[in-house]
Amino acid sequence: MPLIDLANPSRFLALTGRILPWLAGATAILLAIGLYQSALAPDDYQQGATVKIMFIHVPNAWLSMFVWGVMSLAALGTLVWRHPLADVAAKAAAPIGAAFTFLALVTGSLWGRPMWGTYWEWDARLTSVLILFLMYLSLMALWRAVEDPSRAARAAAILTLVGAINIPIIKFSVDWWNTLHQPASVIRMGGPTLDKSFLWPLLVMAIAFSLLFITLHLAAMRNEILRRRVRSLQMMQASRTVFSSEQSASTKMGTA
Amino acid sequence: MALGPYASFIVTSYALVAAVVLLLIVWIFADYRRQQARLSELEASGVTRRSRRTAADI
Repeated sequence: MPLIDLANPSRFLALTGRILPWLAGATAILLAIGLYQSALAPDDYQQGATVKIMFIHVPNAWLSMFVWGVMSLAALGTLVWRHPLADVAAKAAAPIGAAFTFLALVTGSLWGRPMWGTYWEWDARLTSVLILFLMYLSLMALWRAVEDPSRAARAAAILTLVGAINIPIIKFSVDWWNTLHQPASVIRMGGPTLDKSFLWPLLVMAIAFSLLFITLHLAAMRNEILRRRVRSLQMMQASRTVFSSEQSASTKMGTA
Repeated sequence: MALGPYASFIVTSYALVAAVVLLLIVWIFADYRRQQARLSELEASGVTRRSRRTAADI
């Protein structure tokens, strides 16, 4: 099937209906393997067993930025190519991205308390991720506030692209400023600095969470397509009601 | 598997992630059921999309 066919919502629904059970199964298997490996990972010589928090904190932190990247591509699809599914993709991704960002913040805090001695510090990395979380919430509020989906789509796309400036700020905040948060130890020039006993569980969990995002995103996109169909049918029903009441009124006037 | 003196922080982290992920799954699944029910209700009342209409309807 050519990729352009996915622009048709009906074909998208049919295709994702077939793919989703397989994706959900693969996600569950990878999550189980990742959790098993995380449980068996040795304690870190400095952090002790709290290193296990890293296996869920880091995938959530990566996905918090990745989801905004997906939404930024979708925003370009809305503004430049006017792809019929672009706004659907962006709107469906926002709550999932907000959930991942929330989890990154909270698990980071729960790791920070025993390791740094504080749940929160207003340093560049933590503050920029908090801003990302607030941006997700503001986008979701915008979509709810504007009733017409096409008007909401353009405003949300512009806000998403403006917000994309925050993504490199989050990524490089640990290099640009003196922060409490440690610098990158996996995606960095010169390769990962993590020992393999930590790196493998982390990579498996990262792939599992990425698959989880893809599965949830496709399912949420299907819901959004159905929601828009319901809306258009409700509008059709309302216009029929108005039309029939106008017709009966004019018939009464004619007989009078 | 011994989690040491900070076990409560580790267990809370994993429990919270599990709870939020489960909540997301339940919310998306419930939303799907809700939209399907509304769509069937509307179609049962005779309102259908153009692509679903038969020649007799037009």
